[in-house]
Amino acid sequence: MHKLKPITPLGADKPRVDQIGTLTIAEVVDQALASMAAREGQLDALQKAMPLGLPGVGKSVAGGDFTAFWTGPDQWMISADHDQHELLAAELKKIVGDTASVVEQTDGWCRFDVSGVALCDLFERLSNAPVRTMAPGDVIRGTVEHLGAFLWRLADDRMAVIAPRSSAASLHHALVAAARSIA
Amino acid sequence: MTQANRLSGGLIDRSATLNFSFDGKTYQGHAGDTLASALLANGVRLMGRSFKYHRPRGVLTAGSEEPNALVELRSGGRQEPNTRATVAEIYDGFVANSQNRWPSLDRDMMAINDRFSTFLSAGFYYKTFMWPRAFWEKLYEPIIRKAAGLGSLTGEGDPDAYDKGFLHCDLLVIGAGPAGLAAALTAGRAGAQVIIADEDFRLGGRLLSDTGSLSDMSGADWVDQAQAELASLPNVRVMPRTTVFGAYDHGVYGAVERNADHLIAPAADKPRQTLWRIYSKRALVAAGAIERPMGFENNDRPGVMLAGATRAYSNRYAATPARSVVVFANNDDAHQTARDLIAKGVEVPAVVDIRPDASAIDGTEVLAGAQIIDTKGRLGLSSVTVRLANGQTRVIPCGALAMSGGWNPNLGLTCHQRGRPVWNEDIHAFVPGQGLPSGQSVAGAAMGEMSTHAALTGGAAKAVEALSALGIKANVGDLPKAEDAPVTLTPFWHVSGAKRAWLDFQNDVTVKDVKLAHQENFTSVEHLKRYTTLGMATDQGKTSNVGALAVMAELTGKSIPDTGTTIFRPPYTPVSMGALAGRAVGKEFHPTRLTPSHTWAEEQGAVFVEVGNWLRAQWFPQEGETHWRQSVDREVLATRNSVGICDVTTLGKIDVQGADAAEFLNKIYANGFAKLPVGKVRYGLMLREDGVAYDDGTAARLAEDHFVVTTTTANAVLVYRNMEFARQCLWPDLDVQLISTTEAWAQYAVAGPNARKLLQKIVDPEFDISNEAFPFMGCAEITVCGSCRARLFRISFSGELAYEIAVPTRYGDALMRQMMAAGEEFDVTPYGTEALGVMRIEKGHAAGNELNGTTTALNLGLGRMVSTKKDCIGNVLSRRDGMNAEGALNLVGLRPVDASKTVPAGGHLMTTTGPVDAAHDQGYVTSAAYSPILKSSIGLGFVKSGFERMGEQLRLVNPLEGQEVLVEIVSPHFVDPEGEKLRA
Repeated sequence: MHKLKPITPLGADKPRVDQIGTLTIAEVVDQALASMAAREGQLDALQKAMPLGLPGVGKSVAGGDFTAFWTGPDQWMISADHDQHELLAAELKKIVGDTASVVEQTDGWCRFDVSGVALCDLFERLSNAPVRTMAPGDVIRGTVEHLGAFLWRLADDRMAVIAPRSSAASLHHALVAAARSIA
Repeated sequence: MTQANRLSGGLIDRSATLNFSFDGKTYQGHAGDTLASALLANGVRLMGRSFKYHRPRGVLTAGSEEPNALVELRSGGRQEPNTRATVAEIYDGFVANSQNRWPSLDRDMMAINDRFSTFLSAGFYYKTFMWPRAFWEKLYEPIIRKAAGLGSLTGEGDPDAYDKGFLHCDLLVIGAGPAGLAAALTAGRAGAQVIIADEDFRLGGRLLSDTGSLSDMSGADWVDQAQAELASLPNVRVMPRTTVFGAYDHGVYGAVERNADHLIAPAADKPRQTLWRIYSKRALVAAGAIERPMGFENNDRPGVMLAGATRAYSNRYAATPARSVVVFANNDDAHQTARDLIAKGVEVPAVVDIRPDASAIDGTEVLAGAQIIDTKGRLGLSSVTVRLANGQTRVIPCGALAMSGGWNPNLGLTCHQRGRPVWNEDIHAFVPGQGLPSGQSVAGAAMGEMSTHAALTGGAAKAVEALSALGIKANVGDLPKAEDAPVTLTPFWHVSGAKRAWLDFQNDVTVKDVKLAHQENFTSVEHLKRYTTLGMATDQGKTSNVGALAVMAELTGKSIPDTGTTIFRPPYTPVSMGALAGRAVGKEFHPTRLTPSHTWAEEQGAVFVEVGNWLRAQWFPQEGETHWRQSVDREVLATRNSVGICDVTTLGKIDVQGADAAEFLNKIYANGFAKLPVGKVRYGLMLREDGVAYDDGTAARLAEDHFVVTTTTANAVLVYRNMEFARQCLWPDLDVQLISTTEAWAQYAVAGPNARKLLQKIVDPEFDISNEAFPFMGCAEITVCGSCRARLFRISFSGELAYEIAVPTRYGDALMRQMMAAGEEFDVTPYGTEALGVMRIEKGHAAGNELNGTTTALNLGLGRMVSTKKDCIGNVLSRRDGMNAEGALNLVGLRPVDASKTVPAGGHLMTTTGPVDAAHDQGYVTSAAYSPILKSSIGLGFVKSGFERMGEQLRLVNPLEGQEVLVEIVSPHFVDPEGEKLRA
């Protein structure tokens, strides 16, 4: 174990949780991320290599330790528990070989999971994504407060927002301000 | 204070008595009152002064089209000018003041303008204040602005929060009158996603103001029932107090919801208003109609109102402008006003109807074929003068006049995409024509269907039609029975011979002004508007445009449609700036990006600078340092003498993988990359398509099929975007995949003669980073601090022995702390962007100042980097003659001949004896700094044929500030020109 102590995207030792009205906004730091892009002409081979399958446009799929969500044409983001799979990109590369390019993305992003029944009231203030018609498992790539972000409907009352890590504080402020305005 | 003009009934809540003040005087009203209705109930008719002539004005309408009763609401930072009293809901403690008057509303000194109205006609300013030209900006304009104006701001910051949001629906229904409600019910029952928005705080539209019944219910009761049903449908969103102000592309509508304007202040953290962007698949405009005034002498006195508005005040708000009201009409609808007023106990001495065949009304005298030719009353109407059908005149004392020239469909939103309305002879008004915004349809009075029955059936039918296009089946359900009277109207625009007959009340445009415009050949509608200012300002001519067109038509002898049409642009009604900004104010104006070492840098007391959205440490002041230069000089010297650390995470990092990754980079960069060995980094220059240099950086080859490209901080997104474009569109057959990893890695430059020694304490011992094993321009994936994965690049921006080391961002803070601790024995110094800049200038490295969008590789001294052996973006056009002409600018170093002088950046270079002008320009200075190593100010700049002019002296001039410094052209590489340090 190395001696570098991690900090969260918000710059603290522990992830932050805010409870505002019925909404909970929780900073999520326990997920590793890796991008996966099919190499030219290797899509079928990649699909076969990935046991959990790779989801279509705007969708996610979970299987075993991994969850995949679509991020662009022939591109996906794979998520897994950070402690178990800190070297996720390397793990995946071994699985997919030359069928895909895999890049570590864990710390490129911050993630906040927002839960509560007023979820859609919150996100319709932050994003032009049609959040009310998103089913659990749907993922939309769009903007949240000027930030390129993924909105990932985890459940009816739970949404993950994944956005650039360096702007975590701005995103957090936006989430909290919007939550307070509807609380 | 008694509410002397309060009537019985109405839709106000008499159990809730509210105190409010207008011009410092306290009054009482009720919940459900607007400022206008409450003032009328209290016997106040005078509410404002006109824009130009400062004429006393009262309320004209009962809606958002109000041109006259503009007031300032609230005080301090919340003061809002030009608010229409007709839509401002009162609450307990409500404060309003009149505007555009001095010293008071009833004694306005500026009313002197009215005496000079003969001179102040349309075009007065254009004609009068033409010379001397210099007087316009400093003298004339300020005086005119002060004299002719609207409300004022306090200059204090707005304390309220504003929100912003996005909504989606199948059908957006704009307006909740009979047509809108019928449409929303029809679509809601069919299960469609429906939004129904209305600018009013209460749904119902004219149903609230008219007395006709819907089947066996009153209009208001039916509205309550409809609203309750809509509220019970989860697929319907009912949005009162929401003005849809603009129709934009692809079915997108802008709307402002007034969340807290009806409260004394928003609750903590709650927005005052919310700006909604509504994405509709279909939209139905059911925005009703706007009544038009008629032109007659002195038709603008307080108490002269539209008939429909008078009826609304009486029926809905239980208020009347006076106890005695004359009606002036050209249509049957206005007769209903008379009947309703009589029913409420208001005296109607006469109904003046221009139509000789006007029918009789019980309880009043109908003066058929008569016209009102003048009015009296200084601060409020006291009498009207009527010219009877037999030519005699009669003066009728009264406190108010309810006039109606007919109704115009409310066209605003139908015109926002240049839709041109068409003239409908049946109702003598413009109705929506071709060019409606995509997906939009129109129903009810907005379509010219003027009866309640037509509005209900039209709204429902249009909803069915709109949903059918979306594949949603809907049925017109049971609709209540309602009045279905035809429009009975004889067109009448103004009393002939009238001069000061107001058409545009807000901008003080009279019939006479339109005649003047015609006389001076400003006959086109567009010219008429600009010449007279008709239709401008907050009401956008809602009550005036058609009347003015009619007058112009009369003058030109053409029909109204041949004269022109009226058209509207967004916003439908004024939108506050706060709503447009939403939450993006102050520090939240844009997102801020923080570097991995931000917290640590804050602890060190760093001074930060904004670099795009990033906050970067600019320098790290230490105790005793009183000037930034002291800090920067110290940081430079410490780095050059031992070792310094700088957070360079902000540089763009793009991961490039694929079998064709090398070939791809070979096409992106001007210089060759195909043969870069694994484990090596190369400096690269990117050109735009036109051959101009646009970004530089490095590419590190981590594997045969894997590179990491770095870009400048400023161009990180641009380069990535351009590379994606090239990948997807220019060479889609190449096997290459890109993704940004800028944020994923915390990256630090470790520079200075002791950089290696420091890093040897950080890098795990199994990795040999000696000069032999890891030479200049090497790169490797390594581990640090006991097996934390990392990347090491031996590259140098400072010119020193230097590395850039990267770890996953979450460990960036810890790595910085570890390196500072490990470097203690070398007096390691953190340095900021300022020292970084000084060192790169000392080394002669180009940065954004030099890559300024006009310079080529040749200018930069990098001409040989543009490979002639391969193709790359910009290659061909970089060989254009003009880019390779003799005498081109070359990047050089500049040093003052007198070392005590400063080289100012931005100055231009002239020969020592020639003239100082643009024709003799020799070049310019791009970057300048004080070099603590050279103990002199130095600069980089571009000089014509600079490479061949080493040692020549030039004058560096800044004529704007009278600066002139003698400088010598030198090599741009002030420090270590041979590059020995960085290879050490």
